[in-house]
This record gives sequence, C-alpha cells and structure tokens, in this order.
Amino acid sequence: MSITSAPLTRRALAMLLLALTAAAAPHAFHLPLGIMLFVIVCGLWRWMVERAGWPLPGRTLRAVLTIAALSFVVLIFGTVFGRDAGTALLSVMLGLKLLELRNYRDAMLTLFLGCFLVVVMAFHSQEIPVAIALLTALLLLTMALIELHRDPSARGPMRNLQPAAMMLLAAAPLAALMFVLFPRLPAPLWGLPADAHGKTTGLSETMSPGAISQLATSDEIAFRVLFDGAPPAAEDLYWRGPVFWHTDGRNWSVGNHPGMTASPRMRPDFTPLGAPINYTVMLEPTGQSWLFALDLPYTAPAGGVQTEDMFLLTGQPVREPRHYAVTSYSAHRTPELSAAQRERALQLPDANPRTLALGRAWQEEGLAPETALQRALAHFHNEEFHYTLSPPMLSGADPVDSFMFETRAGFCEHYAAAFTVLMRAAGVPARIVTGYQGGERNPIGDHLIVRQRDAHAWAEVWLPAQGWTRVDPTAAVAPERIQHGSADLLARSGINARTRYDFGLRPLLDRVSASWDALNTRWNAWVLAYGPDAQSSLLARFGLRSWLAMTLALAGTIAIVLVLITLLTRSARQPRDPLVELHTRFRSRLARFGIMTEASEGPIALAHRVRQRNPELAANVDMFTALYVAMRYGKKNHTPSDLRHLRRTLANLGR
Amino acid sequence: MPPQTTATQKSSQKLPANPGETITKLVAGIGNIILGKGDIIRLALSCLLARGHLLIEDLPGMGKTTLAQGLARALGLEFQRIQFTSDLLPADIIGVSIYEREAQTFRFHPGPVFSQVVLADEINRATPRAQSALLEAMEERQVTVEGTTHAVPEPFFVIATQNPSNQTGTFELPESQLDRFLMCVHMGYPDHHAERALLTGGDRREQLASIRPLLTPAELVALQARIPNVHASAALVDYVQALLRFSREAPGFRLGLSPRAGLGLLRCAQAWALIDGRNHVLPEDVQAVLPSVAGHRLQGAEDSTQISQQELLARLRAVPIP
Repeated sequence: MSITSAPLTRRALAMLLLALTAAAAPHAFHLPLGIMLFVIVCGLWRWMVERAGWPLPGRTLRAVLTIAALSFVVLIFGTVFGRDAGTALLSVMLGLKLLELRNYRDAMLTLFLGCFLVVVMAFHSQEIPVAIALLTALLLLTMALIELHRDPSARGPMRNLQPAAMMLLAAAPLAALMFVLFPRLPAPLWGLPADAHGKTTGLSETMSPGAISQLATSDEIAFRVLFDGAPPAAEDLYWRGPVFWHTDGRNWSVGNHPGMTASPRMRPDFTPLGAPINYTVMLEPTGQSWLFALDLPYTAPAGGVQTEDMFLLTGQPVREPRHYAVTSYSAHRTPELSAAQRERALQLPDANPRTLALGRAWQEEGLAPETALQRALAHFHNEEFHYTLSPPMLSGADPVDSFMFETRAGFCEHYAAAFTVLMRAAGVPARIVTGYQGGERNPIGDHLIVRQRDAHAWAEVWLPAQGWTRVDPTAAVAPERIQHGSADLLARSGINARTRYDFGLRPLLDRVSASWDALNTRWNAWVLAYGPDAQSSLLARFGLRSWLAMTLALAGTIAIVLVLITLLTRSARQPRDPLVELHTRFRSRLARFGIMTEASEGPIALAHRVRQRNPELAANVDMFTALYVAMRYGKKNHTPSDLRHLRRTLANLGR
Repeated sequence: MPPQTTATQKSSQKLPANPGETITKLVAGIGNIILGKGDIIRLALSCLLARGHLLIEDLPGMGKTTLAQGLARALGLEFQRIQFTSDLLPADIIGVSIYEREAQTFRFHPGPVFSQVVLADEINRATPRAQSALLEAMEERQVTVEGTTHAVPEPFFVIATQNPSNQTGTFELPESQLDRFLMCVHMGYPDHHAERALLTGGDRREQLASIRPLLTPAELVALQARIPNVHASAALVDYVQALLRFSREAPGFRLGLSPRAGLGLLRCAQAWALIDGRNHVLPEDVQAVLPSVAGHRLQGAEDSTQISQQELLARLRAVPIP
C-alpha cells in the first residue's frame, strides 16, 4: 500500500484536528458565528467517525453541504472574494474537506489549508496575542506534519514537540532574513483585496455632528508618542490632523482646494518661536494618509510631506503601524493670508440663519477679531451649554442653529463647528482642525498613549497680529476635558467600564496594563512598524537603494544560505555508493509521476507496481531495475559503462 | 578450504540436469494436490532446501498431512507419521533395543523418526519429554540409544503440526524448542476457487499416489548443498543485518532475533531465490520468507499494550532496505 492512500492513524488524526483547531480558533473573533459553528461541527463529525464509527457523508450529502456552505458565505458577504469572504470560504472548505478526510493525501491537503488559515489571520491582526496564537498553531501543524510521516511505534505524548520546535527554530533565520529583506512595497504587490487591511476606526476625511463623539468611548489606541525631553503640559497636547475649510452647513470637508495634496513643501510656511519639541510617533493603522503631529509640525518624516495647512501627509494610506520622528513648535507665527485663502476661510452656506445673524450682528458692531473671538467663547461659557458624550441628534436642515439655540448640548465637533461658523459670520477667517487632544502617560514605557477617545476637533482663527491661532471652544465649556483628558471625563460620566469593577486592585491592574502597553509599544516599534519606509532607510545604510537591489540581495543571500547548507550536509554525509545515489534519484523521478516509494519496498516489487500503474514507464523502469539489481544484488561488477547506462536510462525515464 | 570444495564439486555432479525446471515442476506437482497454496508449498520447499524443519500451526483438516505426503512423494522420499498424544513415550519415536534370543544381543529397532520425511502430528499434545526426543533428533540429526549413535537418513525433514495453543490439553512448545523450527507457517482456509476444485475434484488419496518422484534423494542433497552458494551480495546481507538489528533495538520487541534466526533467514531467502530461478538473493526474497522464519520467534514486550506478532512483523517489514 503506498503512503498516499494509507489510512490515517488515530493519533495522526487527533493531532491534525488539534492543529487545525488552533489554526482556526483566532478567526473566531471576526468570522460570523455560523461559519465557525459549521467548521466545528465538521471537525466533531470527523472525530466521531474515528471514535464512534459514524459514517462519513456520502457524495450527495457532501455536494449538498458544499452548495449550502457556498450559498451561506455569499448570503452573508454578498461575494466570495475579498479578505473576509475569502477567509470564510477557506474555513468552510476546510470543514468540508474534513468530511472526506481519509488518507495521507487528504491529511496533507488539510494541513496546507491550515497553514493558509494561519497566514490569512495575519491580514486581520498582528497583535502580540494573535502572533503567539499563530505561532502555536504553526507549531501544532508542524507536529501533525511530523506525525503523518513518522513511524507509528514511537512513544510519548509530546514526542513530536521537540522535532517540531527544532524545525521552526531552524526556519527562524530564514524567516528573519525574509522579514528584513523581502521587498515591502508601499502598494500591495500582488493585488491583495481592497479590504485586506480591514476597517480602521479613527478620524475620517469629513466631519459632521456626531462623527467624533462615536469615538468617545473607544479605548483603541490611535498612536503612542515618545518625547525626547519632558513632554509639554496636558493642555498643549494638540495632535494635528486634517484641516477642514469647506462646509455645507452640516458637513465639513477638506474642500476642493490645493491645500490638502498639492504644493507639498520641505519647510513649512511659518516662523517657529520658542523651543523645539522632538518626539517619535508610533502610529496605528488608520487607513488614511495623514500623519498626526503636535501642533505645529516643523519637519516632515521620511515618506511624509508638509502641506500648506501645516499637517503631515504621506503618499499612501497608513495600513501598517508606522514609526516616525517629528519636530514641532508650539509657538509660531504664520504669514499673511492670500486672497484665495481668505475667501475660503470665510466661506459660508445659507444654512443656519440664526447663527449667521448673530455673527453678522457682531461684525456690524465693528468688533475687532480678538473681541469677537472672546465674545463667542464667553457666549459658550455663560449660556447654558453642556459638554456631553452622547449629544442629541441634530437632524434638521440647520444643525448649527439647532445646537446653538435649542439642544445646547454637544461634543467637541459641535462646538468647533458652531464657533467656526460664528467667526466666519463675524468676518474672522476661521477653519476647523481635527486630531487628538491629550493622552495618557505610561509610566513603564515612559511614553504617551493617545486613544481614539482622545479624538478632538478645534478651531483656528486668523488674527492679524499672530496669523493662524488655535482656539478651542470646548475648553470654554468643559475645561476639565482639556486639562485632565478624556479618561477622567469618561470616568466621571460612568461610561468607562474599567472603573466600575475595581476590587481594590486598581494600582496592580494599572501597572499590568501599563506593562502590557509598553510591551506592545516595543512590538509595534520593532516588528510592525517595519514598513516600506523603515525598510528602505535601513537598507540604504547597507547601500541598497532600489527595490531591484533589495530583491537581488534577498535572492543572493538565500542562494548563499542554500549552498552553505548543501555543502555542510554533504560533507557531513558518508560518501555514498553511486548505485544507491542513482536509486534515490530513480525514486524521486518516479515521485514526479505520483508514484510514492517506501524505503522498505524492494526494487522488483517497485518495478512491478510501476508496470501496473504507469505502463508507459515500464520499459525504462524495467531496464533500470534489471541493471540495478544485477549490479547491487547479483555478481555483476560496477563498471563505469554500466553506471553510464543506468544514468542514461534514468534520464530517459518519462521523456 | 579444500575438503568443502570437493564436497561441493561432488554434489554438483549429482545436480538434476535442469534444477530450475525441476523445481517448477515440483511446485506444480504438489500444487495439484494442495490447491491454491502455491506460497505455502514454495515456503515448505525453501525450508526443506535450507535443511530446516517446518512447523505448521493450524486447525485439523487443513491439509497438513497431505502437504507432507505430497512433498515426500514428489521428492521421492520415504514418509512416516507420528501422532503425538499425551501418553507418547520417547521410545515410540526413536525406537527401542530388543533382546534377540538367537543372537543373544540387543538389537535396535529404529522408530518412525528414522525416515526422510517425518510428520509429527499435533506435537504440542505430547509431554515435553516426548517432544524433546524428537527435537533432539531434529537438531543433532542423530539419535543416541544406550551409548550407540544412529544417524538419521539424509535428507531429513520434519514437519510438525501444532494446534492453536489455546485448545485444551496442550503443552506449549517453549521458545528454545520453537527456535529449532526454521519456519512456522499457517495453512489457512483455501480460497473460493481452490475450495470448489477441491470439492468437485477426485479422491485426494488416489491423486497422491499418482505423483511420481521428480528428484532422487541424492539430487535433493545436491540441491541443498547449493543453497549456501546462492549469491547474497553485501547489500543484501546489510539488509538482513538491518532487520536483525531492528528486532533487537526497536521498542516493542521482547527478544531480538537470534543469530540462528538470522542465518535461517538468509538460507531460506537463498532457497527462495533458487526456487524463483535466480542465482542471487533480492530483498524481496528476504521479505517473502520473513514472516515464516521470524514470526514464531517474536514476542511483544511485556507491558500494558501487548503487541501482536502480526504488528511486530509489520514493523520489521517496514525496515528500510539499505
């Protein structure tokens, strides 16, 4: 019986199912429950076939199950393409394959499917726990692979652990090499599906009422910052993102103007004052192409540019964690506005007539911009305005009016938007800046953690004396948000679950979570942030400046390693009988035709089997076997001409 | 070693004109009586050619006696049958010295063991004492009675049969005694076609009588002498040694195969090769005789998971050919 059709031992099956479970388990976090259940049921069924003698499903039932599973996937995702639908499809197909898992060949196929599941999981998450889970799955898959090829008489419950670990360890240098040298292109190299990187939470390209308050309860990390010196005061931590000029009365957008993309400049258009602040940002994927930096960034990191609006932009959406160093100045002076800029900074639609009327009244009073600004802030401070995480919906055609005169409860974007509209109505050029405000210090890693709940929107007004000046209307309503950060605010509004269940362990829990975050920071900085820019700057130090050079370096290094391995193992091996060598080659040649040989199979028995299976090979195989047998087991001497004849026969095999 | 060379030369003079053809005819001839058991016949013949003795373990009525008789007739050998019972005495096997009044001496009356083919039926029903009388004759190829040594005839071939040891009233052969049998085979039931032919065919006894000898005893002895000269290459001996080493080192085996078993394995493989018409041994020959030569000498290690002989043989069978 050839190895490919040999039935599986119970041990091998158990090992295989265990490894597949480990490979599929991490997907439970994103796959629909139904898909996961389907795979589990298939696995259990296969196990009951082994344990309790249940029958495997017949051809018809399998066909029905396949169609049902396919339809299920299409029903849920509307397609079978893309990352999520693809993963689901892979999972159900793996489950179906288990239902016809009989022999070695099927087992190998499911093992490879398992490995593919592991790879696919990396598209979904590359966090430390996931990495550990995937590594474990890989180890178990390797153990199952060994079990499939191993003499069943070997003993010990974990007997495959050590060889599997050794194999993975032996593969680690190659993996490290690939990690460093494999070309990382800014754009996906081989057409990853559009959703391969998943949805990311965070700020978006437009701002409407309620957009930022959605983020207010998210503990997800936006980025981490490591300052070179002492960090600035909490109320100065404004992390600048996209700048919005254009409004239709409800939504704010970057607008149809060149500030966003065009005229990137090496040096920003402002005069720095005061001391520089140097720091490194470790940004989580945003799916957007801006890079957050402290108000106002003076230098652009590698791969990024300064825009006219004084925020940082990169060529490609940030899909991988990214690491960059920036210098900022919190005090600055910006130049005179151009006529076009002034016009854009005063743009107003006809909506929100009451707010416009209020602003225009101030302009008619002849208030100076500074006075108008103070008047507006005082208005927010003195009237019955509330800062709330769950603002009421503003559904009418004049949302700013509703907010200003009716609900009077809102989150930062409501205040920023209302303030900016007021200022523009009063004739003061103004715009909205979105980004993050504040951050939480991690005492272990000594870095600042900025979370999605720190997302913020504020305004900038143009004052003749200073140029663009940051004004945060939220501070007028809820100064504690700016001074103590979002966590404090959440805690007081009772939303944050962490503070509810305490049991007096808070200091310990804080410490554990700080350590965990510090570890994640390292992981991000050293592993995940190694993207195209980090790679090109690292390899540039070794003189590799183009993708071509990098690829050649990778191929060259792998070739050298392979040659070294071959040489080392060859010299370690006993010099072999040329006949034995030839017979080994003969067997591997047969393997190309799907004829798997076993070491315990005699030459005549093998030739006989080939004659049965592949009659077209019989002539050459018989010729080879006859000569080989005569030389190895008969009294015939090994003459060079006989060896040549054997080699020729081997070369002719299967031509 | 000159004497040996002369012996070989002498015996080669008596070889049948065409040994390959003769052996084919032998197998075919016996195969007419024992239907559908070509492999068993070839194995029995290998055992005989390798100068070993054969143990057949099977239920009554499977054709053991017919096989022994058929072999004896086709080879032109004399045949004796000893039915072993619990009251069988050694003298019933090897013979007795009886006082003859006329000659005033004791004269030795040889027992049934003094025959070229001896069928020892149900050997495990006799007491160990009776068993050992036969087994000594097998090993020494001579019998000593009251100080006089009597050689058994040449060729000398014992076929012993044994009931499965779980039947009542049996004395199981100890391992040391089992080791004296070169081979142990199981006849097994005939397949469908063979059984049909058996049921519809003529009387076995008449057919048996119709077999005419194809060899003279001298030719058979010459063939036996040729077996050690069948070429076993270094690679082949490597394989035999690999098998022996595996049985001694791999877990699961209680006892490894003895050197005697190793030699027997090689000789049987050589005989098998000769029967197959080759003058060199292949790994396939070793594998063909391996279950019969090694099976009855293997025992699973004593632990909670008792491993069957079949399993041990399967593991041996999987040893890579060097």
